[in-house]
Amino acid sequence: MVNYIWLGMIIIGIAVAGANGKIELVSQAAFEGAKTGVTVCFGLISILAFWLGMMKIAEESGLLAKLQWLLGPSVRLLCPDVPKDHPAMGYMLSNMSANLLGLGNAATPMGLKAMEELQKLNPDSKTASPAMCTLLAINTSSITLIPTTIIAIRMNYQSANPVEIVGTTIFAGLFATMVAILLDRYYRFKTTRNRKKG
Amino acid sequence: MSFVYGIISTASLWAIPVILATILVFGMYKKLPVFEVFVDGAKDGFGTAVKLIPTLVGMLVAVSIFRQSGALEMLTGLMEPVLHFFRIPADIIPLAILRPITGSGALAVTTDMIATYGPDSYLGRLASTMQGSTDTTLYVLTVYFGAVGIRNTMYALKVGLWADLAGIIASIFIVNLVFGS
Repeated sequence: MVNYIWLGMIIIGIAVAGANGKIELVSQAAFEGAKTGVTVCFGLISILAFWLGMMKIAEESGLLAKLQWLLGPSVRLLCPDVPKDHPAMGYMLSNMSANLLGLGNAATPMGLKAMEELQKLNPDSKTASPAMCTLLAINTSSITLIPTTIIAIRMNYQSANPVEIVGTTIFAGLFATMVAILLDRYYRFKTTRNRKKG
Repeated sequence: MSFVYGIISTASLWAIPVILATILVFGMYKKLPVFEVFVDGAKDGFGTAVKLIPTLVGMLVAVSIFRQSGALEMLTGLMEPVLHFFRIPADIIPLAILRPITGSGALAVTTDMIATYGPDSYLGRLASTMQGSTDTTLYVLTVYFGAVGIRNTMYALKVGLWADLAGIIASIFIVNLVFGS
């Protein structure tokens, strides 16, 4: 599906640009996009290095395992196929907690570390495992308790009450996450059933 | 309300320092050579970021062409009658379509809407809620799967996009309910 979306965006983009007589925009846009991609990755280096360093301390000191023990049951319910004491659990939990606090910067490194650990459990390294899909479902629809960026923008534009949207944001995020988890459950069930049949 | 705001802004200021202090104090308590362990972990940062370059470049090229060619605008125009039928305000459509595709693009549109209509207008509140209620599905998928080399993403994209739609509908519903349209 990613292949179709990717192809579709480029081909439709070229067709529309051609029809509008603005075909010169295509190559310009392509190089600009490529440049943004590299810039984003370089921006990630500092954040990743910093948080992965801190997380290593948390892992070796056993703090991550403590968090796992404390909050583990809820995640075990979502991903029954990940062993209880596997480090992936700790990273998934840290990722979710960081997302919840609106610490997007910290959430990504922890999420990537969780993916790395899940990949070790994955029987087919090219195909996403059910646990990976669940982690992604939660991340793409993340609930944020404190949407810091939006609050800052609203303050900039002299809102009478910059935080009045916190409640509505939590509600909408909660609903999106619920839908994501339910759909993830459904597809996970469907996939395992089909596998058993085949 | 300013009291609530005080708590929230203090909480967000303190969150990271408190997490850092907890990790370090616990590491010290366990007698770890904290700095050496930090450096050891930080080494992975560069490799992980560099591994993401191909996937992110590929995805952002497509997004950039799609936006700048005017195809996005066309899609917005095509969807307008349908959304009008469901009483979804037309001005919110570009944001609704951009949100799952590009984080920076969506943030730019949200900022623009807050600047144009005012943060406390109906559209300003709706844009704020929508921006915060979901994450950029395409970016998250590209980065997470790209980092570990997954090719077949199974049903993850489908789930992410349906959840985005659910978030958009829920945003409109709750903003109408709480603030009135």
